Amino acid sequence: MAETQVMDAGEVRRALTRIAHEIVEKNKGTERVVLVGILRRGEPLAARLAEIISRIGEGDVLFGAVDIALYRDDYSVRHAAARTTRVPFDITGKTVVLVDDVLFTGRSVRAGIAALMDLGRPASVQLAVVVDRGHRELPIRADFVGKNLPTSRSERVNVHLSELDGGEDGVFIEKPEAAL
Amino acid sequence: MSVINFAGRDLLGLEGMSRDEITTILDTATTFSEVLRRDVKKVPTLRGKSVVTMFFENSTRTRSSFEAAGKYMSADVINISGSTSSATKGESLKDTFLTLQALTADLVVMRTPHSGACHQAAEWVNIPVVNAGDGTHEHPTQGLLDLMTLRDAKGSLEGLTVAIVGDIAHSRVARSNIWGLHAMGANVRLVGPSTLLPADADRLPVTVFTDLHAGLEGADVVNVLRLQLERQARALFPTEREYSRLFGVTKSALRVAKPDVLVMHPGPMNRGLEIGGDVPDLPQSLIEKQVTNGVAVRMAVLYLLLGAEG
Amino acid sequence: MILRGGRIIDPANNLDIVGDLRVAEGKIVAVGGSLAGDSGEQVIDCAGKVVAPGLIDIHVHLRVPGQEYKEDLESGLASAAAGGFTAVACMPNTKPVIDNAPIVRDLYAQATPITGKTGARLHVIAALSKGMHNKELAEMGDLRDAGAVAVSDDAFQVQDSEFMRRAMEYAKMLNLPVLAHCEDTSLTEGGAMSEGYEASVMGIKGMPREAYEMHVARNCLLSLMTGAHLHVLHVSTAREVEIIRFFKQQGANVTAETGPHYWCLTDEACRGYNTNAKMNPPLRTSADIVGIIAGLQDGTLDCIATDHAPHARYEKDQEFSFAPFGIHGLETSLALGITHLVKPGHLSLSDLVLRMSAAAARILNLPGGNLSPGAPADITVFDPDATWIVEPEKFVSKGKNTPFGGAELTGRATMTIVGGEIVWEEA
Repeated sequence: MAETQVMDAGEVRRALTRIAHEIVEKNKGTERVVLVGILRRGEPLAARLAEIISRIGEGDVLFGAVDIALYRDDYSVRHAAARTTRVPFDITGKTVVLVDDVLFTGRSVRAGIAALMDLGRPASVQLAVVVDRGHRELPIRADFVGKNLPTSRSERVNVHLSELDGGEDGVFIEKPEAAL
Repeated sequence: MSVINFAGRDLLGLEGMSRDEITTILDTATTFSEVLRRDVKKVPTLRGKSVVTMFFENSTRTRSSFEAAGKYMSADVINISGSTSSATKGESLKDTFLTLQALTADLVVMRTPHSGACHQAAEWVNIPVVNAGDGTHEHPTQGLLDLMTLRDAKGSLEGLTVAIVGDIAHSRVARSNIWGLHAMGANVRLVGPSTLLPADADRLPVTVFTDLHAGLEGADVVNVLRLQLERQARALFPTEREYSRLFGVTKSALRVAKPDVLVMHPGPMNRGLEIGGDVPDLPQSLIEKQVTNGVAVRMAVLYLLLGAEG
Repeated sequence: MILRGGRIIDPANNLDIVGDLRVAEGKIVAVGGSLAGDSGEQVIDCAGKVVAPGLIDIHVHLRVPGQEYKEDLESGLASAAAGGFTAVACMPNTKPVIDNAPIVRDLYAQATPITGKTGARLHVIAALSKGMHNKELAEMGDLRDAGAVAVSDDAFQVQDSEFMRRAMEYAKMLNLPVLAHCEDTSLTEGGAMSEGYEASVMGIKGMPREAYEMHVARNCLLSLMTGAHLHVLHVSTAREVEIIRFFKQQGANVTAETGPHYWCLTDEACRGYNTNAKMNPPLRTSADIVGIIAGLQDGTLDCIATDHAPHARYEKDQEFSFAPFGIHGLETSLALGITHLVKPGHLSLSDLVLRMSAAAARILNLPGGNLSPGAPADITVFDPDATWIVEPEKFVSKGKNTPFGGAELTGRATMTIVGGEIVWEEA
């Protein structure tokens, strides 16, 4: 299997820093903003964004993580291990920034929005992703994008995060065997 | 640990289940505890799935636990009880199951007074069968919720000494606990009068005691079984008074156990008989947690068994 | 008819030779040597096969009258023939019970057109008590005169020792063997398999061996007391064998049988709630198998009988506790003997034939069981080396309830001759 690196650790860091600034700018501060990552990779990303926002002096932003296994539309065709949702604050009336690593078909985000709605009634929901690789199947777009990455449908995009995968951060494109 | 895919399988008993399998169910159940703490206890996961619960014995507790589990996950739950089913009109269990399958039930939960009936049903139909207690054989979801409750309280089951006290011979809860605890690395003791111990009990992975004091000594956990009073009529013990004097798990009997001993009971309890009247209210009693975890475990079981095979 | 070149095993005449055997006018006329065929005489090549006296199963349930959906005389006697049996003795636990002379006569009348055409001979065992209720004696004299060969309350075990004593005394007077299912039912009530580890794990109420052993001992004592011929049905435990051995040494007029499942299977066969392994007496342990085999070797267990107990599939497809006791026996018995007794060297082929023919005949004073010139030509030809897979759906019997489905066995009857007529032949 051939993996091509398309972002290195520095690029990931800069992308997240830019997204953090954009979140603050778009929401004119962070007063009502909370961050909710989609498990698993969205969780450390949300934590990092909160940390950056705090570091740039825009206040402490609450962050959590939501599991979408119970909300997927492919329950009967794909097995997914269920994980624990940890959103230890009320999201009602808040601007929730949903955070994920890759935006692809939009189905995970759809499930993430549905999962959020079961936890409360946010004032609005925005979406932040490290990579938007296209091929949307639902009318969903990201508000904050680290990098737009043209891909073919059969490729995989893997985001390595040090918290979960060890080593250095990075984004890789994996071509299927047959394409070699 | 490797995560196990249970899709399409049955849950008939804990005998023969591996530590990884049990851990997968417990981990999944733990995630569902969060759903139970929400204001809106409903997730759409099993929308469009129909779960039939068929109870040939009364059990408000287990049935409502399964029903809640199914409904919290948006499954359609259809309850058939012994009296409203055709079981009393002479239809065989096999025909009943074939009918349920033809009615496109996706999963059947059964409580039956007949040991093994769930195993047999699982062979007759292709849909998953969940054993909600079969005769004096097993009660796997009770065993799993006991394991989950203990794991929550202790962090791990490895090396714990668990004394199961009471009518072991006729207890499906005991059998499921024995296999489950053994698979998870706990040391299991069976404590009860010799008339209420199963034949060849010493060939099970347990240590057998007929003396309560010796059986509780140094125990980390005491799981007290319900005493069925009708056993008295069959000369299995003389009187309730003598039973409670020799085998009642009272505060004073618990003194020989570990100072932080935990107490469990599958319910319904006979306070003052098999368990001291004030014991269920002690801080180290896990009895209420068992009930809550029962729903989470059953949600996990439905989620895993009805899931995708891919 | 000449059976050419087979290995003729006739334990009753101490014969084990390779040679020819001639049948004429329904009788055996010549045994051994090389016989020249007359013109037009049928010659059957038996090279590599065993030519044995027709096998006899003295313990089968043919379900007639009343439960013909489980088995009827046509299917039961044809099943016997397919298993190599030329005669069977049927038990009286029918609906109604075989407890009066007209039913016995009717059974013989029903069997007449089948025997020697498509099936084996029938012998009728009558009830010991009216309705098999163990309360009043059946009219044993009348039953004997109608042709009953023995009396038994099989399946309705006699609990009352006084009643058993009187029944034995009376049967002795009439020279009728008493066939006893020995079980103290107060110890086994509600049970469905052997008491022990397997039953404990399965949560099934156990039937302790002692319940059976104590009634074997009791009935042996009553046999000593009354002088009656007691035949102990389906011995299943090692200690039962020891008890019977003891009483035989005491001079009691006791014989005993065991069935193939008791030397082939243990209670582990019940795992998974396999109702086809549910029978009474229940399957025991490997130590019991050792005792059973020893009993067959030294003759403490005189004969082999299957307790052939056909049931409809839907009856076995029930909760383990509801499913009826009993398994199909006739079409697997010979192969189970060859596979599990002869092949491992526990019993010689000749001894197996003895326990399945002559010894069985002797117990019920039946004709047959030998190849003596002049005797009726009841002959079983079998291939002792043929291997086959048990396919219950292919049984001739209506009962497909066997725990041996899918098993590969060695030894199979290839031709069954009753009264000089071929009633079954391997396709």
